Amino acid sequence: MEYILIFIAAVFVNNVVLSQFLGICPFLGVSKKVSTAIGMTGALTFVMILATLVTFIIQKSVLDPFGIGFMQTITFILVIAALVQMVEIILKKVSPSLYQALGVFLPLITTNCAVLGVAIQVIQKEFTLLESLVYAGSIAIGFGLALTIFAGIREQMELIDIPKGMKGLPIALITAGILAMAFMGFSGIVSI
Amino acid sequence: MSHIKTLTNGIFRENPTFGLVLGMCPTLATTTSAANGMGMGAATTFVLVMSNLVISLVANLIPDKIRIPAFIVIIAAFVTIVDFAMQAYTQSLYEALGLFIPLIVVNCIVLGRAEAFASKNGPILSMLDGLGMGIGFTLSLTILGCIREFLGSGKIFDMTIMPEQYGMLAFVLAPGGFLVLGLLMAIVNRLRKSN
Repeated sequence: MEYILIFIAAVFVNNVVLSQFLGICPFLGVSKKVSTAIGMTGALTFVMILATLVTFIIQKSVLDPFGIGFMQTITFILVIAALVQMVEIILKKVSPSLYQALGVFLPLITTNCAVLGVAIQVIQKEFTLLESLVYAGSIAIGFGLALTIFAGIREQMELIDIPKGMKGLPIALITAGILAMAFMGFSGIVSI
Repeated sequence: MSHIKTLTNGIFRENPTFGLVLGMCPTLATTTSAANGMGMGAATTFVLVMSNLVISLVANLIPDKIRIPAFIVIIAAFVTIVDFAMQAYTQSLYEALGLFIPLIVVNCIVLGRAEAFASKNGPILSMLDGLGMGIGFTLSLTILGCIREFLGSGKIFDMTIMPEQYGMLAFVLAPGGFLVLGLLMAIVNRLRKSN
């Protein structure tokens, strides 16, 4: 039951992009087509769960026992950067077809602040390991949901005649604002 | 002359928010009030100036292949310093900005300037570039924060301009961030095209 609550809270109520403002860069950058949006979501889900697992273990077994919690930011960002590189190399060897599908998105994920954000959040919220993993997975699904809806809207918008100054990013941001307003309807259902 | 140009480049022509469109996450998340936006801008400016200085000094010593991780470590060190300084001296601001202080590490502007400018230029120019970019970023965030705070609660820097009950709460919440930034960007685009 608790895991379902975490899932609903992370996907709808505190949607990572539309209410927490994490991962805006890929949200605006790779949302021109639905197919790339889905590819990005796949890669992100994978990296996010893996990164949360590794950083959680490091926090509990290295940083906490030795009392060097102040090294958190430095450690986490290095671990995540190394992890993304490693996943890229392993995928290339083990499963070239999956690498073809996800490969281009992997370097982009290092700069996705949602990964580091979630890794820090699960420590701050004092989740257990399993709760953290559910939370990380749900955040990634929430990101995918917002990204896919947004990409769908932007595909439709290609054909519409909009004022000159609004073309490109401004209209995308306003669309995101309206989407965020829709997601505000979920607020207050559950809280974690 | 080129010193002044480097400094003003970040403020106007290549403004991080409206010109380069980098660092959108803190731009949207921390501009719920003018003071928060300004605080975030100041923190980022400090990290930008210091990391640009250190990176320009050591760039020649770092092998090319591992330069990105090395830059990230330098940036993360300064972010940690800011994190603790803010926790000690500006407690309420620290709580308002929360998660976004450690997330300065992944702000694309900082790594972007390190890679594009500081690794190729001398220490003084790099510091000026960092300062210019930082001021540009702070200005954008403060303006955005002023507009959102005014529309949302009728205040600017906590000074009441309009009674609070006329404010539209949505502008302080998530949707307002997207809407105000989108409209501001449209205005900037329009002005640039007509020039």
